[in-house]
Amino acid sequence: MSFIGATSVALCIGMPSFAGAHGFAGKRFFPATLATDDPFVADELSLPTISYQKMPGSGDEPASRETDFSIDVAKRITENFGIELGATYKHIRPDSGDTVNGFDNLEAGFKYKFYEDDAREAIASAGVDWDIGGTGARRVGAESFSTITPAVFFGKGFGDLPADAKFLRPIAITGQLGIGIPTRASTRTISDDGEVDVERNPHTLEWGFSLQYSLPYLQSFVKDVGLKAPFNRMIPVVEFAMSTALDRGASGTTGTINPGIIWAGQDIQLAMEAVIPVNRRSGNSVGVLAQLHFFLDDLFPQTIGRPLIR
Amino acid sequence: MNPLRFVLVALACVFAEPAAAHAFLDHALPAVGSTVHASPHDVRLWFTEQLEPAFSHVRVLDASGKEVDAGDSHVDPSDAAILTVTLSTLSPGTYKVVWRVVSVDTHVTEGDFTFDVKP
Repeated sequence: MSFIGATSVALCIGMPSFAGAHGFAGKRFFPATLATDDPFVADELSLPTISYQKMPGSGDEPASRETDFSIDVAKRITENFGIELGATYKHIRPDSGDTVNGFDNLEAGFKYKFYEDDAREAIASAGVDWDIGGTGARRVGAESFSTITPAVFFGKGFGDLPADAKFLRPIAITGQLGIGIPTRASTRTISDDGEVDVERNPHTLEWGFSLQYSLPYLQSFVKDVGLKAPFNRMIPVVEFAMSTALDRGASGTTGTINPGIIWAGQDIQLAMEAVIPVNRRSGNSVGVLAQLHFFLDDLFPQTIGRPLIR
Repeated sequence: MNPLRFVLVALACVFAEPAAAHAFLDHALPAVGSTVHASPHDVRLWFTEQLEPAFSHVRVLDASGKEVDAGDSHVDPSDAAILTVTLSTLSPGTYKVVWRVVSVDTHVTEGDFTFDVKP
């Protein structure tokens, strides 16, 4: 291509500001995880995320089967700063009693990516999630108070391992660590017969991580083992999503371990995971979590898929 | 324009936008991590998206980091998803292929892999 031609292309496509990439640190592509938040600031849409789990009964509450339908959207304001919004519709079918439906509290948040080392396939970000109290239906358990969760997020690929361990290079880990801060220390409810119940709302440690083995990484950067579609775009993953109560008379950890498969295509991602409770308080049967995820920066690179401020 | 018509026109504009994506390496010759028993004439990379020729390059380095290609890295004129570079005659050893490409929607991807030449 001539100099004039190259210059014309550069002007047309906006050089030198090439588009940033969702989920990349160097040559490493990190998929969007389902149960834990990944460290990337991106233009993306999860629609829908569907989960199903049988929840154990407690006290007067009967056991129930809960199905959730969620939508989450993330939008970059700048290359490294973005906002996120989420909503969940819950369908709860108790073993005894009427089925209840309704929206859980809305969620909003922001995230800032403050570190990226492409050679080491490493990334870190910090953000705040706001569960907006009173925006959901009480009948499905939406809290009347807000919970604000400042958190840090990280991702690290192991592509810098020595050649002797080359088949471990496709491994990557992502994780998050945050503190859930309820805006109300306790919640008082009055039953129909006038009995007052006070429930204390503890601070919680919200933590989780994912272990991934990227078959696309294996195929493209380590060894072409002859995988064909759809297996050459699959990323086996195990997620650990945990919450530990810290104070106000509460203690213990609840959470799930989610083994699954993520298939990352050019514009979309499909994922399915089993949801295995880590203890009796977290559930007593295996659930399922599935998601259809859209990479808006790939689908709409010139409009809604780019930062508002470049 | 009434609000409904405005929304429909806006949606039509958005979904009429041509989608493109990051260019991932689909496969290569010599294959990623492979062993060949004669010096290949060139290295050829197949990507999942069409590339911007002016901003897409590949180099081949020997074990000491010296460039052993002919410096003629180019996108195939008949298929913009293929990136090629000609090689000088390679002696037995391990060679590293390093690429950086820009897909037609301006997304940048990069990567590297090795292949061995054995007698």
